Amino acid sequence: MSEDIDITQLETPELLELIQDDLYDGLAEEVVASVNELLAREMTPYDVLNKGLVAGMDIVGADFRDGILFVPEVLMAAKAMKAGMEILRPLLVETGAPQMGTLVIGTVKGDIHDIGKNLVSMMMEGAGFNVINLGINTDVDAFLEAIREHKPDILGMSAMLTTTMPYMAVVIEALEQEGLREQLLVLVGGAPLNDAFAEEIRADAYCRDAAVGVETAKKLLAIKRGELN
Amino acid sequence: MPSIHELLEKNGYVVTDGAMGTVLFAAGLEQGDPPELWNLKHPERVAQVHQAYIDAGSRIILTNTFGGNRLRLALHNAAEQVPAANKAAAQILRGIADQSGLDILVAGDIGPTGDVLAPYGELAFQDAKRAFKEQAAALIEGGVDLIWIETMSDLEEVRAAFEAAREVSQEIPIVTTMTFDTHGRTMMGVTPEKAFETLTGFGAAALGGNCGNGPEEIIEVVTKMHAINPDTILVAKANAGIPELVAGKAVYRASPETMANYAVQSYQAGARLIGACCGSTPEHIEAISQALDEYVR
Repeated sequence: MSEDIDITQLETPELLELIQDDLYDGLAEEVVASVNELLAREMTPYDVLNKGLVAGMDIVGADFRDGILFVPEVLMAAKAMKAGMEILRPLLVETGAPQMGTLVIGTVKGDIHDIGKNLVSMMMEGAGFNVINLGINTDVDAFLEAIREHKPDILGMSAMLTTTMPYMAVVIEALEQEGLREQLLVLVGGAPLNDAFAEEIRADAYCRDAAVGVETAKKLLAIKRGELN
Repeated sequence: MPSIHELLEKNGYVVTDGAMGTVLFAAGLEQGDPPELWNLKHPERVAQVHQAYIDAGSRIILTNTFGGNRLRLALHNAAEQVPAANKAAAQILRGIADQSGLDILVAGDIGPTGDVLAPYGELAFQDAKRAFKEQAAALIEGGVDLIWIETMSDLEEVRAAFEAAREVSQEIPIVTTMTFDTHGRTMMGVTPEKAFETLTGFGAAALGGNCGNGPEEIIEVVTKMHAINPDTILVAKANAGIPELVAGKAVYRASPETMANYAVQSYQAGARLIGACCGSTPEHIEAISQALDEYVR
């Protein structure tokens, strides 16, 4: 539909709304065109990101959580988001815009499932986070190395199997021993997990799906940074 | 070899088997290792599980090949073992079934690739189909009676598997079940109604639900599918509940009695091929067999 719209004729607030609609519909080219138009109007890259892309992905995330959207729509939205981000990322670095935070994420050792974890990665990127995705079958040394290198705010661990989920506890124990635990939020997810498990292994939270993951990450980070109580 | 219809004529239902993977882990399979390679390494242990399910009353048994496609085994650096592992799995089960002297159907199990198909993900349809075809060919060469495509969430991936199996054999019956674990739909948003329409369109010999968040979910799926056409043969293969944590280990806690009740409810809802999935054991299947026998008789 939006190909019929001359975006140069839209007021900026309407254009921001259009970006959100196009993200929702997974229209990458349209999102890119609107991002470029907003930049041409000298909106800061940071505002384009937050008022356009992140606000749009918030809606996608909420509808995914509520069972209105499913994985295919979210993946298409994330692709559109990514296309917009490719333009914004170098500009954000250039302008020294504040970062949402960094996430290191991986599927734990022994487990090769990565659809859910990749969905979380995309949604977190969509929320403006810098994401380092370690892939599948990630052992404790790989997690520790990545944490030392990237100094993330959040560690995300995923497991699809009842036989692999206990490995998350191994990683958390290693973080505690190495004195790295306090600097991080640890979020865990995967089909067989639940809140009680997260509590038992001393993770900060269990996240039922990718949308809840983003919400939880934002909320707990804000609390940790003293922005919320 | 009997057909599904012939097996159904006997009692009005057929008990399938229960879990393979979670039972093999209990038998010493290392965490993270692919169960499929045990078809080559420890065929006697795989055979024992099949035998236990037959003794418990299963008359349709699935080969130990759920993750036996190239895309999955490549993650364990075992892609080259796809033909051997699948053929061995079929032969192990064929041998046990023939020995039993019972009317048993040997079903070649095909699970998902684990990747998301384009345009949503990166996996090309043709690459998925090629992987499924390699697996189906080895299963059929090993002597399976039917192909059983399960735990699917994407109809395009089912189509890839279905077409692949059909290209290997024009006549082999193909059963397909999907996992409706996300707000009543599959992860990819497929409703039971849409699945019914598409899978019957493919020519599935039977269809339904497996895995997911326990018995209630599957009964709902069966109810919805049965309402569309009561003549279609429906499958219910639920997990033994939702895993709970006991001392840091995940345990499926649905008791054999719970699963027996689920089996009868599934039958009442219209399912005719009834078994179980993750976390179930031959004990659960035995309880299911007895309960159905008492209920239907």
